[in-house]
Amino acid sequence: MTAAAGVDTALQRLRDAAARLSGRQVTFMEVCGTHTMSIARLGLKALFPPNVQLVSGPGCPVCVTPQGVIDRMVALARVPGATVCTFGDMLRVPGTESSLERERASGARIRVVYSPLEALAHAEAHPGEQVIFLGVGFETTAPAIAQTLRQAKAKRVANFTAAVAGKVVPPALHALLSDDDVALDGLLCPGHVSVIIGAKVYGFIPAEFGVPCAVAGFEAAEILLGLASLCEQIAAGRATVENLYREWVRPEGNRRAQAVIDEVLLTADAEWRGIGVIPLSGYSLRPAWRDFDAFERFGIPEMHAPEPRGCRCGEVLKGVTQPRDCGIFGTHCTPQHPVGPCMVSSEGSCAAEFKYGGR
Amino acid sequence: MCLAIPARVLSVEDEVATVDLEGTRLHVNLSLVEGVAPGDHVLIHAGFALEVLSDADAQELAFYRERMRALGAQESMS
Repeated sequence: MTAAAGVDTALQRLRDAAARLSGRQVTFMEVCGTHTMSIARLGLKALFPPNVQLVSGPGCPVCVTPQGVIDRMVALARVPGATVCTFGDMLRVPGTESSLERERASGARIRVVYSPLEALAHAEAHPGEQVIFLGVGFETTAPAIAQTLRQAKAKRVANFTAAVAGKVVPPALHALLSDDDVALDGLLCPGHVSVIIGAKVYGFIPAEFGVPCAVAGFEAAEILLGLASLCEQIAAGRATVENLYREWVRPEGNRRAQAVIDEVLLTADAEWRGIGVIPLSGYSLRPAWRDFDAFERFGIPEMHAPEPRGCRCGEVLKGVTQPRDCGIFGTHCTPQHPVGPCMVSSEGSCAAEFKYGGR
Repeated sequence: MCLAIPARVLSVEDEVATVDLEGTRLHVNLSLVEGVAPGDHVLIHAGFALEVLSDADAQELAFYRERMRALGAQESMS
C-alpha cells in the first residue's frame, strides 16, 4: 500500500509535468540496460502519458560488444589449457561461427562467474590452467576488473589474464547525440555507471546539446520521477543534470574506484556494435599491464566481422529502430535462437520486448 | 550487467565485509570504498562494494521515503 502510494505520487508528477508540455511529443532515452529491464518488467510504459515516448539506448555492455570481439573471445576459449571465466550474459552471444556456449559443448573449459575475483581465485587454485577473464562491462564493472588485476599482480599470479573489452559511456552518448538520425529530448542516465563516474560528468549534454538529463534509480517511483524531471525541465525551458539517485551517486563519483581504473586501464578508440568506432570510448590495459593481456599472451589478432544478416541490433542500440520493427524479431531471432546480442542479453532491449512485450 | 544491489553490513574483517542480502550472507570486497562499519549499507556489484551509505544516512533516507509515501497516501485518499 505504501509503496504503491509512492508510485502513485511519482506517476501523478509525471502526468502533471507532461501536461505542461502543451501537447508537445517528447522522446527520451533510457541509457542503461538495467533500466530497460526494470521498465519492461514493471510494465511502466503502459502508464506513460501519451506524449511521452521512451526508447532504449546502447546501455547493455554485451549488446554493444562487436561481433569481431566475440570471435576473439571464442578464439581464446580454443587456446589449449585455457579456462575462460565470464559473466553469464556473454555465453550465448553468437560470434561469426560459434559462441562460448557452443565451445563449452565442444569441450572448452568455460566457467560462469559472478565476480572477477572468483576467476582469480580459480587461477590460484589451479596453477596448471591458463585462466582468462572476459572483461566486458561499463564503468560500473571496470573498477572490479582493474582491482582484480592489481591483486593478481601483487600476488604474482602468473596464470591469470584478462581480455579487456570494456566500454565508457559518456563518449557514446556524445556520439549518439551528434548523430543526425537520433533526435532525443532528454536522457535518463544510468544509475550505477554514475555511482563510479559521478553525475557531474553528464554536464556536457545540457551544455553542448541542450538536452536535459536525470540520474535515477531503478524502482518504479524512481524511474517515473526521473522522467518527470525531464518533462519539468523542458516545460521550464531549462536543461541541467538532475541527480535523483543521491543516496548512491555523488556529483564527483567514487574517486577511489576512478583511481584504481586509471592505474590499470586507459581509454582508447573502440568499436560499438552498430554505431562504429567512437573516440576514447573503450578500456584497454595500460602498457605496464600488458603481461595480463590475454589477447597478447595468446596471440589473438584483432578481428572484424559483419553484422549477422537481417539483424538490426545496431539501429536498436541507437534507439532509431524499435525491436518489433526488426524483420527477424520473434521469428528468426528469439531468446532460444538469438541472432543478435540484444536478444541474448538479459538486459537487451529485444529480450525485454520479447519477454514482457505481450507476446 | 550494471545491476548493483544494496545490502547491510554485518561485520568487517580487513578488506572484506560480511553482508546480509535479504537473508543470505555474502562476502564483499571493500577495497574500492572507505570507512565501512557494521550497520552501514553498501552497493554491491561483481563482488565489490561500489559505494557506502552510513547507517545514520540510511535511516534518515528511510524516514523521508516513508514520509513521502505517507503524504502520497494522504493525497490519494483526499
